[in-house]
Amino acid sequence: MSQSCAPRVRIGPRVSWRGARAKAIGWQLAVLAVAMALVATVAVQTAINLRARGIASGFDFLSRPAGFEIARGLFSFSSRESYARALLVGLLNTVRVSFLGIAIASVLGLSIGIARLSGIWIVSTVSRAYVELVRNTPLLLQLLFWYTLSQGLPAPSDALNPLPGVYLCFRGLFLPAPIWHDGFPWIGVEAPTLAGFGFQGGISISPEFAALLVGLSTYTAAFIGETVRGGILAVGRGQIEAAAALGLSRPHALRFVVLPQALRVIIPPSTSQYLNLFKNSSLSVAIGYPDLMSITNTTLNQTGQAIEAIALAMAVYLTVSLAVSAAMNLYNRATLRRGGGA
Amino acid sequence: MTMKRLWISFALVATACSGGGPGDRSAPAAATLTGRPGPATPTLDKVRGRGFVRCGVSTGIAGFSTPDAQGHWRGIDVDVCRAIAAAVLGDAEKVRYTPLTAAQRFTALQSGEVDVLSRNTTVTFQRDIQLGIEFPAVNWYDGTGFIVRKASNVRSVKDLNGATICIQPGTTTETDVADYFRRARLTFTPVVIERLEEVTNAYFAGRCDAFGQDRSALAAVRARAPNPADHVVLSEVISKAPLGPGVMPDDPRWIEIVRWSVYALINAEELGLSSKTIDRALDSDDPDVRRFVGKADGFGTMLDLDDQWAFRIVKQVGNYAESIERNITPLGIERGVNRLWKDGGVLYVPALR
Repeated sequence: MSQSCAPRVRIGPRVSWRGARAKAIGWQLAVLAVAMALVATVAVQTAINLRARGIASGFDFLSRPAGFEIARGLFSFSSRESYARALLVGLLNTVRVSFLGIAIASVLGLSIGIARLSGIWIVSTVSRAYVELVRNTPLLLQLLFWYTLSQGLPAPSDALNPLPGVYLCFRGLFLPAPIWHDGFPWIGVEAPTLAGFGFQGGISISPEFAALLVGLSTYTAAFIGETVRGGILAVGRGQIEAAAALGLSRPHALRFVVLPQALRVIIPPSTSQYLNLFKNSSLSVAIGYPDLMSITNTTLNQTGQAIEAIALAMAVYLTVSLAVSAAMNLYNRATLRRGGGA
Repeated sequence: MTMKRLWISFALVATACSGGGPGDRSAPAAATLTGRPGPATPTLDKVRGRGFVRCGVSTGIAGFSTPDAQGHWRGIDVDVCRAIAAAVLGDAEKVRYTPLTAAQRFTALQSGEVDVLSRNTTVTFQRDIQLGIEFPAVNWYDGTGFIVRKASNVRSVKDLNGATICIQPGTTTETDVADYFRRARLTFTPVVIERLEEVTNAYFAGRCDAFGQDRSALAAVRARAPNPADHVVLSEVISKAPLGPGVMPDDPRWIEIVRWSVYALINAEELGLSSKTIDRALDSDDPDVRRFVGKADGFGTMLDLDDQWAFRIVKQVGNYAESIERNITPLGIERGVNRLWKDGGVLYVPALR
C-alpha cells in the first residue's frame, strides 16, 4: 500500500507538470494558428492584388504552346509543344547534368580525399592545392571560366581530331554514334561530318553542357574530398595498425578496413554535397545550358506569371532534393547495419 | 537575379498589405467628396509628394538607356522619363532610375516599384492584355534582326538554315526567331544566355553563327566588336517591334500624361520647336505654337498640370529629333522609319488641339 501512497505524494508536481504541458500545447497551437492566418492572409491578399492589377494567375499557361525553341540535347522539343513539356525537358536536362555530376564528383572526391592523406609529398600537396583553389573561388566564376575555356578551342574547320570520327572544337565534342540497320551486320557507325555551319550527325556534346558538368563536378569534388579525408581520419589508428599487423597491404587495408568504417562518417555530409550540386546546376543560366531554371526563366518572361513559375520550380527542386535525401538516408542506414554486423 | 525577381514578387504582396501601390483606389471617393472635377490622380499626387519620378530603365543599352562616364543616364528612353519629370515636376533632372533586366521589368512595374517603365519594351497583345500593362505611346519602331560574321558568307536570313543563334531570354526575340524559322521551314539551335555582355561575348567567341536582337541594339553590339568591320547586320527585319513606355492601367490621368509627354517631343519636332528656339516661340502668332507653349486654350490645366508643361519638355529635354541626334545617330543607327510622316517615316502623332 505504501507503493500506492508514493504516487499520491507526487500528485502536486504532476498536476503542475500537466498544467505546464497544457500551457505549452496551448502556446504551440496559438503560434501555429497565427502562422497559418498569416500565410492565408498573404495568399488571399496576393490573389486580390493580382486580380486588381489585371495580372492573370493560375496554371492554365502550362498547356499553351511555348513558342520558343530549346537547343537539342537528348530530348527533342519544338516550339509548338506546351510550356509543361518545355519545363519537363528543362527538368530532364537538370537531372542529366546532376546525375553525371554526382557520379564524377564522387569518384573524383574519393580520389582527392585519399590523395590528401598520401605519404607521397607531391600527391598530397597537389591535391591540397586543388581543394583550396576550387573551394575558395565562387562557382559562378568557375563556370564562366570553363565556358570561356571551351570557347578557346579551334573552329569547326580546324577541329581537333584525336581519334577517327571524334572532333573537338568550340562548338562542342562530336562523337560517332551507333546506328541500326535492317540487314547484316545490323549495327553500324555514323561519324560526324563537317557540313554547313558545323558538324552534322553522330553524338554531340555542347560546350554549355560540358562546362557545366566539369564546373559542378570539380567544385563539388573538392568538398567531398574534404569529407572523405575527415572520414578516414575518424577511423581509429588502432584499426589501421591492426590491419597492418594482419598482413594486409595498404590498398587492401583501405578497401576492407578503413573505408567501410569511414563511409559511416562520409555519407551524411556527402548527401548535402549531392543536394548542393543539384541546386547549383541552376547557375547554368549564366552560360546558356537549358536547365529547369533557364526554361522557368523563359516561361516566366513569356507568360508574365512570375509567382506560378517560381513556385513550380521551387516545388520541383524540393521534390527532387527530398527524393535524393531519402535515397541517401536509405543507403546510409544500409551501411550502418552492415557496419554493425561486421 | 532570380532572387531579386522573387523579392519583387513578395513586394507585390507587401504593397497590398500596406494598402499602397498603384492599385490604391481610395482616391476617387475623396475626389467626389471634395467635389473636385475630373478623375483622381493617385500616381501624379504620389510623384508630386515624393518630388521625383521613378523610372524603370535597362541595365545598359546604348542609345536607349545607359549611364555615361559620369554616371548620368542617357538615351531616348531616358529622355521620355526626363520629359515626364519636366512636365510634372518642372525639372527634367528629378528622376530616379531603376535599372531592370528584361525579365524583371514587368514585375517591377506591376508591384509599383516604378511609376513608368521606359526600357525598349516591345508592345504586344499578350503584354497589353494578359500582363495588363498600358502602353500609352511608341517612341521607337524596331524589329528583330541578326548580326553575322562577314566571313561566314551569310547574306540573308535564309542562309542561316542549321545555324546556331545566340539569343537573350526575356525578350520577344526568342519567339520571333522560332516563329520565323518555322514559317520558312528552316532549323536552328538556340543558345540562350541571360546577360547581354555574356551573350555578346559568346557570339564574338564564335559560339554562335548569328546573334538575334532588336536591330537598334545590334548596331551597339557591332560597335563593341574587336573589329566591327568583320561583322554585318543583315538588312532583313523578321518581326515588328514597336517600343514604348509602359504604365499601369489603373490611373487614366497618368497614362495621358505619359502619352502626351511623348507626343510633345514628336509634335515639337513637327512644329519646328527645339530647345534653342523655344524661347522665341513664346511670342509666336501661330495658333499651334501658342497652344504648345501654353499661351492659349489652357491645355495644361486639363491635364492636371500647368500650362508650361510642353514648353518645359522642349526647353529642358529638346524635341524628338534632338533626342535622336544626341543618342542614336552617334551609334551609326539609321533613323529609318522613325522619321516624321512628312519626311517619309511612320511618326504620326495626334496634334495638341
